Amino acid sequence: MNCKGVIRELSNYIDGDLEPAVKQELERHLEHCEDCTMILDQTKKSIEILCDSKPVQLASDVRSRLHAALRRKIDPGQA
Amino acid sequence: MFNAIFITEKGLKAQFLGPLDTLSAPNPNRLPSSVAREDEHLLVAAAKQGGTAAFEELINRYEDKIFRLTKNITGNHEDAEDAMQDAFLKAYSHLKDFHGDSRFYTWLVRIAANESLMRLRKRRPNQFSLDEPVEGDTDLMPRELEDWDPSPEQRYAQGELQGILADIIEKLDPEFRIVLVLRDLEELSTQETAEALGISVPAVKSRLLRARLKVREKLNRHFRRGTLN
Repeated sequence: MNCKGVIRELSNYIDGDLEPAVKQELERHLEHCEDCTMILDQTKKSIEILCDSKPVQLASDVRSRLHAALRRKIDPGQA
Repeated sequence: MFNAIFITEKGLKAQFLGPLDTLSAPNPNRLPSSVAREDEHLLVAAAKQGGTAAFEELINRYEDKIFRLTKNITGNHEDAEDAMQDAFLKAYSHLKDFHGDSRFYTWLVRIAANESLMRLRKRRPNQFSLDEPVEGDTDLMPRELEDWDPSPEQRYAQGELQGILADIIEKLDPEFRIVLVLRDLEELSTQETAEALGISVPAVKSRLLRARLKVREKLNRHFRRGTLN
């Protein structure tokens, strides 16, 4: 497998979604290719940072409107 | 094309006529949101029985995440708020159609993604396609290769890093952004993402690969060694 092949399968490799033979071939390439190893590590790190990112707390006016809409839904007569 | 989430119109009549004050915030009876998500099915069961407080707790628990999702997909504050509201209202109306085949949150994400996509397509008709194949792989090879520190994110305050990520996500093309958001922020599986968007698993995978490589490349400009904050 060459560098192009590794990049093509990078996402599947990170997700553990490769056939064992392809995985082995990819890992053999990684053993001697610093560039692909760097790209793999940085892509994994990027995903980790995305997964860890916390949503910002909803602004109070947006939250009030959401709850008011639900109140209207539950009892339209009271709206 | 994406699959509309099948919701029967019969479910539009509000099921729960509990006291309205249970929905007012702040609610003294509000359950702590730190409760482990394993209790989600109990809250859903209670909400199905007409427990407005239980449904309110589900909203309290997920409103921040659902708004982030709708904002990330639509890229527009007004549309994001409308999509979030409609997603929760539809979830409430159609709770009886939720049979627990997935987590409630996953079901909610699918509804919210659908609402967001409808609004995005309205604003940007014919500007993106989720189901057309991504052509070729000639542009796949990363160009910017530089060392990062082991924990480059620690250079930034939490708020600053969130701003950087939000900016990167916003600038991705919608067809890559939507898949990335569902897979790597909302942590849906590839299969769940494909089902939510009504596209094939290979289409999800090819878009996800490109999105992840683009995010790495953009983060490289902030994380490479020697970069000043």
